[in-house]
Amino acid sequence: MIKVSNISKSFRGKQVLFDISAEFNPGQVSQIIGKSGSGKTVLLKSIVGLHDINVGEVWYGDCEYSKADFSVRRAIRQEMGLVFQGGALFTSLTVEENVMLPLNMFSPLSKKEKLERVNFCLNRVDIKNANKLFPAEISGGMQKRVAIARAIVLNPKYLFCDEPNSGLDPQTSIVIDNLIRELTLEYNITTVINTHDMNSIMEIGDQIIFIYEGKNWWQGTKNDIFSSGNIELNNFVFASKLYQKIKNVAQ
Amino acid sequence: MIILFNRKIDTIPMNIIFHIGRYFSLMFKTLRKPEKLRIYLKQVMAEIDSIGLNSVGIVAIVSVFMGAVLTIQMAINLVNPLIPKYLIGLSVRETMILEFSSTVICLILAGRVGSNIASEIGTMRITEQIDALEMMGVNSPGYLILPKIIAAIITFPLINLLSIFLGIIGGYALTLITGIVPMPDYLYGLHYYFIPFYVTYSIVKMIVFAIIITSVSAYHGYYTHGGALEVGRSSTRAVVYSIILVLFFDLVLTQLLLT
Repeated sequence: MIKVSNISKSFRGKQVLFDISAEFNPGQVSQIIGKSGSGKTVLLKSIVGLHDINVGEVWYGDCEYSKADFSVRRAIRQEMGLVFQGGALFTSLTVEENVMLPLNMFSPLSKKEKLERVNFCLNRVDIKNANKLFPAEISGGMQKRVAIARAIVLNPKYLFCDEPNSGLDPQTSIVIDNLIRELTLEYNITTVINTHDMNSIMEIGDQIIFIYEGKNWWQGTKNDIFSSGNIELNNFVFASKLYQKIKNVAQ
Repeated sequence: MIILFNRKIDTIPMNIIFHIGRYFSLMFKTLRKPEKLRIYLKQVMAEIDSIGLNSVGIVAIVSVFMGAVLTIQMAINLVNPLIPKYLIGLSVRETMILEFSSTVICLILAGRVGSNIASEIGTMRITEQIDALEMMGVNSPGYLILPKIIAAIITFPLINLLSIFLGIIGGYALTLITGIVPMPDYLYGLHYYFIPFYVTYSIVKMIVFAIIITSVSAYHGYYTHGGALEVGRSSTRAVVYSIILVLFFDLVLTQLLLT
């Protein structure tokens, strides 16, 4: 379980996150939603430790990650997988080498076993016959899937995805959403996703956290959204006519 | 106006202190124990190829031509019949060993290697590849910067020796082709009063410059923020600061080692 308590973060005097608290449970897909610039990515990067928080605490199980020293953070990070918005694949490495890098760094497996694990993860995300290709030679959707394969190759306890559907067509988005959902349930992973994709929210979100102007504005399940009277949340979620109609039907 | 002026005075030293502090903090992280030595050794080999072997061509061309040009310039300036001709060969040798093959070659390498390192690491930073490494639990400064520094420490002295050799060969070839200096005089000059410590001095300088060029360029790349434009700026800053520091440490080392 991940617990975030009263975290605040500012950059050069400009406060971006205000006193945010939340809990993320294993086997659940938690989604952080909000408009562009609301602070979702900063929150995610603060949770994983890529940004140092100014105030508050981040706990991974019984360990206070936000105050842990380098070796403890490194150990916890080996239990995390993060899928970046742009994939962040290493451009000088092939697909296979990208997925194998965490294994090469931290796994005692033999070369053959590592290769088997890499192929298993690539098959799991439905990447075939692309092992020797470079990231620039595959599509955006494939890059996202390779990034997911790399994130799960060390069997992480925690999976973070920063806008995994951005720039993808609706069909590929659904494939990636379903994949994340399946992996979360299959391996009992604590999954946290940043998104502003409404389909994704409605399809796979177990817990939704709505960030508005850097504050935890609303929290609940996807079903709660329909009955919520929160104006900012309604304006964000039901911005399109299609979703307004869906809300009317649901009500 | 006075307030603005004072602020500027305040911020410049603070900026310098900030960058020096951050640079040493990065170097401290760089020198942490590697996660897996075998992977780092593989990286070092790749960097030896990228930083060292790929620089051999430009170093060879520049050295041969500079050796030849030095010979011509010495020959046309040392026309006094009282000055022995063998001094031309001696001057070429000493210039190549003492200054050209270390400092001037390093200024060229600061441009070639420094900009390459800064843009490579800077691009990795803005495309979140460094964050991805950190997320895996990899010490990103160690993984990205340490192999480059080690590769430069290994290859720069070899490049230095190659440059000295090729510079002298350049002068020799020119003498052979044009006859601007009598060949026996040139060869006598090359052998005359050779001080082996000068080669040591040149290699020491090269090792220090190798550390400066790779670490300063990596520092500028590592702390790149923004987009493609910033990568370009980091690359330029890396080259400029590397050159300034190479020249400064050239002065310091010369004072320390030769006086």
